[in-house]
Amino acid sequence: MIRFPKPDFESGYVLPETQTVAARAAGWETLDVVLLALALAVGTWLVLKHRRRGGIVALMLACLAYFGFYREGCVCPVGSIQNVAQALGDSGYGVPLVVLLFFLLPLLTALFFGRTFCAGICPLGAIQDIVIVKPVRLPAWLRHALGVIPTLYLGVALLLAYAGAGYLVCRYDPFVGLFRLSATLPMLIFGGGLLLLGTVVARPYCRFLCPYGVLLGWASACSWKRVTVTPNDCVQCRLCETACPFDAIRVPSPERESEARWSRVRRMGLYLVLLPALALAGGWTGARLMRELAAVDPRVELVAELDAEALGVKAESGSRSEAFRASGMSEAAARAEADEVKLRLHRAGLGFGGFIGLAVGLQLAGLSIGRRRVDYEPDRQHCLACGRCFAYCPREQQRRKQGSTTEDTEDTKGTRRLLCNMKRAVGTREGRS
Amino acid sequence: MTDNDQKQTSRREMLRLVGRVGVLGCLASLAGMLTGRLRAGCIEAGPACKGCPDQDGCDLVTPPTVWQLDPAKCTQCGQCATDCVLAQSAVRCFHTHALCGHCKLCFGYFEPGARVLSSAAENQLCPTGAIQRRFVEDPYYTYTIEKDLCIGCAKCVHGCGMFGNGSLYLQVDHELCKNCNECSIARRCPANAFERVPVSEAYLLKGQGEEEGH
Repeated sequence: MIRFPKPDFESGYVLPETQTVAARAAGWETLDVVLLALALAVGTWLVLKHRRRGGIVALMLACLAYFGFYREGCVCPVGSIQNVAQALGDSGYGVPLVVLLFFLLPLLTALFFGRTFCAGICPLGAIQDIVIVKPVRLPAWLRHALGVIPTLYLGVALLLAYAGAGYLVCRYDPFVGLFRLSATLPMLIFGGGLLLLGTVVARPYCRFLCPYGVLLGWASACSWKRVTVTPNDCVQCRLCETACPFDAIRVPSPERESEARWSRVRRMGLYLVLLPALALAGGWTGARLMRELAAVDPRVELVAELDAEALGVKAESGSRSEAFRASGMSEAAARAEADEVKLRLHRAGLGFGGFIGLAVGLQLAGLSIGRRRVDYEPDRQHCLACGRCFAYCPREQQRRKQGSTTEDTEDTKGTRRLLCNMKRAVGTREGRS
Repeated sequence: MTDNDQKQTSRREMLRLVGRVGVLGCLASLAGMLTGRLRAGCIEAGPACKGCPDQDGCDLVTPPTVWQLDPAKCTQCGQCATDCVLAQSAVRCFHTHALCGHCKLCFGYFEPGARVLSSAAENQLCPTGAIQRRFVEDPYYTYTIEKDLCIGCAKCVHGCGMFGNGSLYLQVDHELCKNCNECSIARRCPANAFERVPVSEAYLLKGQGEEEGH
């Protein structure tokens, strides 16, 4: 609205232009994708072929510097899952190609070569990896229990993004504030706390929170190639098991099974029978949870504010209701919109809760499946491919000394057999006690 | 390796292959769905495509976008100053001089009821003194924003919009903006004034549309 017309200056005064600084050009985003692809390729080679921790650390630091501190964390594959979910739920939202590639590339790599992305490229992982001081071994029950959290987090985050209610993972990204050297106090405490915890519990965010890690784990579980501790065969020295800060080395199954087969089968049967009940319970909880979580959606928030005002509670200035009245939208329309959001979330929560119930049930049932493992090997799903175990493996040391020969000499064969038997004997004794 | 072992290994390998093909299929269909849908009709891409010069022959999935705020929707609530993830908000006041009335009594510059129209601190509305007021010719003054001082509180925007031409308004300054995946101001903005715009049209400056239109 022009209330005062522009004056006609007599002194020849020239109006200055409004100065704007251009946004980072699109070419840079392409560079990000190219660098990500390159880093994934180099990382995969380092993990599977070169097999040296040093190279992986160098790559990790370079990626931390570029994707973390230089690019300041956005957009990252961890957050990109939400863009994809939102695009699936909202036809008016388009995923930029860059974001789509950020989502796909690490997953594809994991599908064929394991979790290289976690090992050396993810800046969130890197910042936790460099603070590991003295990792403790977590008991298996705790690991399994905490391991459910990422799946839940993934589901909730995808749901909220799908319903267009915002990006939970980005909002509670603990380390992005550190990369930007600017964070709110709660997030600083959260991030700092995780790093502090990370000195003894290695990579807590990666293992017990990261939602993208769940997807990478699933992809990695059926990967084509995988990280192997030993270049040829295992001498059962257990050094790799101690070297792994993430408790991702699986030990050989004892020769004599600790539990009778029929008891395992019966337990598994029980869990399978319980599956529908678990799914139902999950669905009910999910639907309840989503109804509560809907409150974070701006459209639902607006209706809550309107209701509060109807009861005589004055909203603070700069509130949604104020802007709502200015927009001239009818109250009925706003309420209808909020109800639709609630309904969508409720339905999605039902489905998702059921899925979680199933997943937990299947995981429980899966615990009873006997895996016959002869050697110490990294868990496909949970190995972060950090490469720490390589240097601890005596066979790997031998390989490095001799070049790439994998032939067994008569001498080492004997030693190995001896070691094998000793370790097996120790293992079974421990298993029995 | 015993026969049984071999059988187990191959069975597991088989399962893994099936899983791999499954995941690959999922990813491929996901990618196909998201790219194909957008390529079919650029209009589907929504606000991101607004102002895109080649909407018809668009071969991009979606042009890279940045956050920007629409001054027409802004209610000057003042939250931009505090809701940004940065210590100094990426939202700053912009001034279109061509729309400015160059008033001597500027409601964006002076505290309401200022006793003297001087640049003394107690008369200024801006909490950081980010507006420079300079004499041009009687009775006109020009007002410029010191970018580094501006915190995006929108006090001046409110004053100028209420009583003046509205030539002061807020914009996301891309010199500062980190282009977060989810803009934390956008999430809390009561007026939903934030949207993603193509990188090539990163600003929604006032007075641009009118000039082109006439």
